[in-house]
Amino acid sequence: MHKLWSAGLSLAVAAQIATPLMALAQTPPVPASEIQSLREELAAMRAAYEARLQALEQRLTAAQQPITATATASAPPVAPSTRAQATAGANAFNPALSLILSGGYTGTTQDPASYSLSGFQLPASAPAGPRSRGFSLAESELGISASIDPWLKGAASISLQADNTVSVEEAFIQTTALGNGLTLKAGRFFSGVGYLNPQHAHTWDFVDNPLAYQAMLGTQYGDDGVQLHWLAPIDHYLELGLELGRGRSFPGTDTSRNGAGMAALTLHTGGDIGDSHNWRAGLSVLNTQADNQALTAIDANGSLVNNLFSGNTRVYIADAVWKWAPHGNATRTSFKLQGEYLQSRRSGNLTYDTANTNVADAYSAVQSGWYLQGVYQFMPRWRVGLRTERLDAGTPNYGANTAALAGTAYQPGKNTLMLDYNPSEFSRVRLQLAQDRSTEGRTDNQLYLIYQMSLGAHGAHSY
Amino acid sequence: MTQNKSTAGLGSAALALMLALLLPLPSQAALKVFACEPEWGALAQELGGSLVEVTVATNALQDPHQIQAKPSLIARTRNADLVACTGAELEIGWLPILLQQSGNARVQSGQPGNFAAADYVRKLEVPQLLDRSQGDVHAAGNPHVQTDPRNIALVATALGARLAQLDAAHAGDYNARLADFSKRWQQAMQRWSSQAAPLKGIEVVSQHKAFVYLYDWLGMKEVAVLEAKPGVEPSASHLQTVLASLKNAKARMTLYAAYQDARPSEWLNKNAGIPAVKIPFTVGGTDGAKDLFALFDDTVARLLAAAARP
Repeated sequence: MHKLWSAGLSLAVAAQIATPLMALAQTPPVPASEIQSLREELAAMRAAYEARLQALEQRLTAAQQPITATATASAPPVAPSTRAQATAGANAFNPALSLILSGGYTGTTQDPASYSLSGFQLPASAPAGPRSRGFSLAESELGISASIDPWLKGAASISLQADNTVSVEEAFIQTTALGNGLTLKAGRFFSGVGYLNPQHAHTWDFVDNPLAYQAMLGTQYGDDGVQLHWLAPIDHYLELGLELGRGRSFPGTDTSRNGAGMAALTLHTGGDIGDSHNWRAGLSVLNTQADNQALTAIDANGSLVNNLFSGNTRVYIADAVWKWAPHGNATRTSFKLQGEYLQSRRSGNLTYDTANTNVADAYSAVQSGWYLQGVYQFMPRWRVGLRTERLDAGTPNYGANTAALAGTAYQPGKNTLMLDYNPSEFSRVRLQLAQDRSTEGRTDNQLYLIYQMSLGAHGAHSY
Repeated sequence: MTQNKSTAGLGSAALALMLALLLPLPSQAALKVFACEPEWGALAQELGGSLVEVTVATNALQDPHQIQAKPSLIARTRNADLVACTGAELEIGWLPILLQQSGNARVQSGQPGNFAAADYVRKLEVPQLLDRSQGDVHAAGNPHVQTDPRNIALVATALGARLAQLDAAHAGDYNARLADFSKRWQQAMQRWSSQAAPLKGIEVVSQHKAFVYLYDWLGMKEVAVLEAKPGVEPSASHLQTVLASLKNAKARMTLYAAYQDARPSEWLNKNAGIPAVKIPFTVGGTDGAKDLFALFDDTVARLLAAAARP
């Protein structure tokens, strides 16, 4: 593989060197424009070499100075004026940097502190609903990625939150050269289950994730572990994924076991229907273990209690997305319809009201939820979207705690309307209105006005 | 007995199917070429003939900047022996995803199975200032290299060599096809150049900065662009500015690519009487542009027809 690679490289280099010669040979009477451009190229090359010399000189002087000076000197502020110059020097191998800046205004008719998903017990660390009201920074994200060597790539995304916390959202390495349709990922990453789960917040079509994701995947399931993807060697898209992980976040918990606390299996397929339509659909299952998972719940008396759950959770997800654009050209108009169904099956032990009653007994629950959304680009730069969703808390078996915890058959639901304006590929302003009936007897009307901007390297987006 | 036989038959069929799914396909099959744009698909077909099996990712009515990394393309990339694209960041929004998700080591960048046409031509409009305030600029220069047939000749030489390298058993065939294509192409270029002589020096307007190589070849002069910045749809106010700036110029036509919305060019036609000319831009862009030769036949014919108008 090494040999082939270097042979390819040397051929490419040779061909590149030969190109100007061939160009000269093929057009005997060199036109004035050609001479002019050759002059320009020569000048550009000269400028590039001067810049490199300058950079080297600066590094030399920096090396002779105390350590404090090296940081600035290794990045000489040379404006990249040509391709040659841009790729030359010590910085040429710096990873691609991107920064997503996001923030905005949230208005709600109900206090976010009183928000809950009726019938669903959630960990305090993964709250549902609007985070805060008023002006606020939204999730801003720093992304860093590059090839490591001919066989590996690496990427990290650091999330900057409004409350001044910084977290490692993703940090993984990924193979590029396993071949046979295999790709192995290791580190911290968003699980590949469902359609929305692996997508970063700035690529969502709505400000917030669907209720089903908030209720059953802790908004978005990320873990530390390994992921193997295999793409079938047929012309039809068929992808199998297997994940093993620590199980560090809801619906799992972080514990000190040696084995894997999370296992996931994904199957996705998709294709085209003519030039204008394409689709993808999939089935996934996520299995996690939890030990003494702290959950908050509203009990039968309507008071907020702290419970502990230990046991197994299995989440099944069916997802589908269909996209349309006339002749596949989405520049003017396009439409995207997507929907997912999630079902969570929990079984184990639940300790009710750890602060007071503190009674433990067997617990099992089958809960589900779905959303369906459509986003229509009706003219360049403008998109409108509608999302509708429901949750079903089911009738969990609480054993001895049934009287204390049994809820009503209330089904949380939400309808959301979105309008966004994209002045360019790199900027977006979005208005979102929602009527949220997640909490029984409480209708929350929500307004979001946010901006999302992309600075620096702009990574390609998945389907 | 018969039941046993059929079970055995089923078993071996299942085994064969499993093997077929698990093992890489035998290499004596045709070389699978995944072309990002129709022009490179057509070129690979010219140079490979029946030795290659070409899949084209996009059609002439799609904007090559904005393509979805959709499932069908991921599946095709997975099985490709050669990915032939424009490069120069034209496909930056989708090709990296295809390569990353394909699990195909042969076509990753730096491998012989990864071919970027723009690497083999002299690029124009390499930006002096790399800043997004300039719009969706490409750091490597203008990527629309296929509008100059001299570039096609250069890319053909490189692509022919690459095919011969990847499928060494048929290197002789590829070399022969390349020699034949180059000869026919040189003749055609002479024909186009002499036909297009009246276009030399005429002033034109572009809807998108997509034709710089075409202008360089034919000696046409771009006096205005309808997009205020590359990739930004022309706004009404900017069109007014362009209209005002054209008062003293003698722009003879406005060029737009087949995949683009004709309305800005038609608006200029209505308000300034400058004819709008649809350029096929790639193979399949117009009914006439059926192959690479017809692409330039049709392009030159359309330009001449517009220039002939009073």
